[in-house]
Amino acid sequence: MNASVARIVLVVGAVAALELLCRTGVIPNFTMIPPSAMAQSLWKILASGKFTPDIVTTLTNVGIAIAAAMIVGVAIGTLLQSSPTTRRVLDPLFATYYAVPMYAFYPLLIVIFGLGDLPQVAIGFLLAVMAVILNTLNGLDRVPPVLLKAARVHRLGPLKTALQVRLPCAAPYVFTGFKLAVAYSFIGVIGAEFITSSRGIGYEISFAYNNFDNGVMYAMILFILLLVITVNMSLHAWEKRLLARRRRI
Amino acid sequence: MIVSLRAVSRVYPARAGQPEVHALGPIDLELAQGEFFAVVGPSGCGKSTLLDVMAGLASPSCGEVHFEGKQVKGVVPPGIGVVFQEDASFPWLTVHDNIAFGLRQTGAAEGEVAAQVAYAVEFMGLKDFARAYPAQLSGGMRQRVCIARTLVLKPRLILLDEPFGALDQQTRLLMGDELLRLWRETGATILLITHALDEATMLADRVGVMSARPGRFLDIIPTGWPRERDSTIVASESFGRLTGRIWTLLRGESIRALGRA
Repeated sequence: MNASVARIVLVVGAVAALELLCRTGVIPNFTMIPPSAMAQSLWKILASGKFTPDIVTTLTNVGIAIAAAMIVGVAIGTLLQSSPTTRRVLDPLFATYYAVPMYAFYPLLIVIFGLGDLPQVAIGFLLAVMAVILNTLNGLDRVPPVLLKAARVHRLGPLKTALQVRLPCAAPYVFTGFKLAVAYSFIGVIGAEFITSSRGIGYEISFAYNNFDNGVMYAMILFILLLVITVNMSLHAWEKRLLARRRRI
Repeated sequence: MIVSLRAVSRVYPARAGQPEVHALGPIDLELAQGEFFAVVGPSGCGKSTLLDVMAGLASPSCGEVHFEGKQVKGVVPPGIGVVFQEDASFPWLTVHDNIAFGLRQTGAAEGEVAAQVAYAVEFMGLKDFARAYPAQLSGGMRQRVCIARTLVLKPRLILLDEPFGALDQQTRLLMGDELLRLWRETGATILLITHALDEATMLADRVGVMSARPGRFLDIIPTGWPRERDSTIVASESFGRLTGRIWTLLRGESIRALGRA
């Protein structure tokens, strides 16, 4: 039995077991509803269009956070790599970056950005951007010196060398940063919506939870789960295609 | 004279815990238009430094380098092509796009680029691999891609830094034949750096034999081969004599270099 078959068996088995435990009452319905009921509820919710504005809000905010993290992260990573002194100053700070609980800054972000969508975007961005910076740096550090010599032979300036040699060469590492940025942006934005936002998927889950509305809560949790898995699997497939041509055979 | 070096030397300044290193020179050298010049020397003698200085990839600490009458300083002048020992093909580009890389930098029209690349691909025997990526090619093929990328720019001076160093002996001899063909057809001047004495003897019009560090020319030996030649000359009597003469010059230097390493 190969790995992908085993994986499908594992997931289907786990869902079936959960279904059974819920149906037989081992897990009471006020704790968790059966997966089939989650799916039905989700289908109804999506068909009714009730939460469409929330879904659009969350996806837009996540999208903005991802795009900003990619652009800013690659730019900062590239600049830092070309300035070893600044990098030596910042490296220890970078190492502790992920030790900072970003949500602790939420009140400050509200003071700065107000009560709209920006605090959520900011948290998603702050969580995501460092992954892009660090992976960009890692990738740029591994560019073989001979390729930079080749760039000089073709008389490429610093900007062209970055865009046409350094970054394309570092692309597999930068891509890893992008994948993490996508994951962190979802975590940041949806997590922030739990706290004080008044719309978005995270807010609706929190609202349903406070109202003992398991139908909506589990439906939306399932929705997020399916969404993130789909996004990550597409990214993974894309990455595999990009890497295939660069792998030695 | 297409290239002239006058009293060129290169000193790497002292750095944390490392004393100053006198890597090269002083060297005087003149290359005639269209000649094939090979440089051999013990490892670490500054051969690659010599190439870097000639290409404008490194500045000489003393002395001057002139290419076509203009001083070379800090920038690689148009008209000079360089092929390195390490694989310098761009792994994210197809063979076609790799070869087109330099041409596109010059702003050549896409039709012109396609025509030039098609010629180079044909010339270097890469025709069936134009759409392949370097990762799908052997080391020898990737080195051909790099040579083709240089070739399409029609350089008047081609500098090669141990381009076949990573290849097996038979492939090297065949690549030598291709290099000779390229040299004859383009009329370019070639400077080849190598550690293989037979390669130098077989390919070059003149062989410059370098001393251990700091690298200087011990002697420059003309081979006297006709322009029309190929790797079969390794069987000739004078080939053995020439190679032997170079080795006699180099032997003591190589022992010196070995002792220091």
